[in-house]
Amino acid sequence: MVGACSFYFFLYNVWFERSYPMLSEAQEKAITEKKRPTNRKEEGAALLNLLHPQHADEDNRVADELYRKVRILCWVMTGPYNLQSKARHVKATWSRHCNMVVFMSSVKDPDFPTVGLGTKEGRDQLYWKTIRAFHYVYEHHADEADWFLKADDDTYVVVDNLRWFLSNYTPELPIYFGKRFKPYAKQGYMSGGAGYVLSKEALKRFVEGFRIKVCTHTTPIEDLALGQCLEKMGVLAGDSRDTLHRETFHPFVPEHHLTGKFSKSLWYWNYCYYPIVEASQVFYL
Amino acid sequence: MFSEGSSFLKGMLMGGIFCLVLSLLASVIPGTDFMTEEDHHHHHHVKAPSKEELRSLSDTEMQKLSKQIEVYCVIMVQPKLLTHWAAALDTWSKHCDKSGVYTSENSKAFDAIDLNEKDNWTRLRKALKHAFDNAGDLRWFFVAQPTTFAIIENLKYLLLTKDPSEPFYLGKLMKSGELEYVAYDGGIVLSYEALKRLVHVFEDKDKCPEHVGALWRLNEDKQLAMCLKYTGVFAENGEDIHGKGVFNSQSIYTLIKDSMNNNPTNVLEGCCSDMAVTFNGMSPNQMQVMMFGVYRLRPFGHDFHDVLAFYPPEGSDND
Repeated sequence: MVGACSFYFFLYNVWFERSYPMLSEAQEKAITEKKRPTNRKEEGAALLNLLHPQHADEDNRVADELYRKVRILCWVMTGPYNLQSKARHVKATWSRHCNMVVFMSSVKDPDFPTVGLGTKEGRDQLYWKTIRAFHYVYEHHADEADWFLKADDDTYVVVDNLRWFLSNYTPELPIYFGKRFKPYAKQGYMSGGAGYVLSKEALKRFVEGFRIKVCTHTTPIEDLALGQCLEKMGVLAGDSRDTLHRETFHPFVPEHHLTGKFSKSLWYWNYCYYPIVEASQVFYL
Repeated sequence: MFSEGSSFLKGMLMGGIFCLVLSLLASVIPGTDFMTEEDHHHHHHVKAPSKEELRSLSDTEMQKLSKQIEVYCVIMVQPKLLTHWAAALDTWSKHCDKSGVYTSENSKAFDAIDLNEKDNWTRLRKALKHAFDNAGDLRWFFVAQPTTFAIIENLKYLLLTKDPSEPFYLGKLMKSGELEYVAYDGGIVLSYEALKRLVHVFEDKDKCPEHVGALWRLNEDKQLAMCLKYTGVFAENGEDIHGKGVFNSQSIYTLIKDSMNNNPTNVLEGCCSDMAVTFNGMSPNQMQVMMFGVYRLRPFGHDFHDVLAFYPPEGSDND
């Protein structure tokens, strides 16, 4: 009996001593008012002018000014299997700060919406997708933007900082920017993973290059092939570092750049065009 | 055999009823509240100052308040949490006006005040007593473990117009049975008055015993709440001007994930307060990323025009 008693005593103690967080005032209000979350409106076309997010207490005048002056079209490389796991989050977050965003997939999806490039999926299709994506953007939206950014569906872009950087250049200049790599091309090329941005003139020349057959599908290595084509067409590989020579385009996750030490034998050291500044004070993009 | 079985069952039943009665009594006795139920509800939430409140202050008053408000961080470390200890030292704790790092046992890696005490509750008592004795002019105390990440500037904003000679005991408010307490892992904030009363009640072996038998043992955050209750200090939830809690006992990753499930169309709005003070359960690397995100990375052209700024302590090498 004593044994049963003490067992039950501990049991009740455990049960009664369970802790619950108290509701904050905001949570209490939400329950009593049964507030519903606000929805954002979207357009049905492949071209999305998603609602430009505004923060209540912020003074956005400078950012808004830049939004008008430096128009960026973002196209995001994705595929049918990544729409729900990755592309959806790009759509909900940073891409809303682009003037325009287009999601490029091998297959057209009218609901997401994505453009169908008519390719297959896979790493060997990357350059085909890139070629077709830039051609699509040039044919449909060349006049609506000044700069054309390519990003993967696992890249995060701080678009306001990109605008500020690009405001120092004109879109009539044949130039493109990104994380610059050294090998395989005389002026180097931009890492595909870190994202790269072409001026309107650079885009024009890329498309022209394929028309006059100076550029062709040479290799599936998308970033290198694009870099070589642009080099042939006289487009300059720009320096995107800030005034303290720190990189602004990053091919790895923030945690890695902030806390990791790149091993001396890693390919990264040999690829970087500029010396790696190893300090925890990096970043705009 | 059968008769034995039935008497066993009888024993279980009696034991069960006995324990039910005992636990009912136990929940009733400590509930000798000094305040009525209604009074109690008014003190549940402590909110950050509103825009109106701040506008009513003159510039000189604001400057004075912002300089006066100083936080003493009481950081409770253990050698087994060495990487978190290092991260806390390297990141958020630099923004405290003064930090006391209290360890359970000596570690060659870092300097700390060695309390040489394995018991969590006893250690907390010793640390708080030490902090009180060494407070100097500081009037606010923030108690955290190194697994917690804190934004001290937002804490100062929350406390800006509060008087530390009033008893304040705030953080993420939890309830267990009849007891309301502040969750340890969300960070505990005590005003000078609250700490003074606490240190005084430490002397009382009946109300606030140091060594509690294993049977009656509670977590140290609940023990703290009980001791404070005897001095008339009650736990309150720290919130921003919209009523959203600013102390979090979970990591930002968990909170965002939950928000993605609960408010898929409004993830950031539904997740956390923009003026959040604490998050818990992040790895040391994640804390470095947080420091970068909170203090360094900013989008060009967006200005918040904060009414005042809390500058880093003299001679610190914080961001």
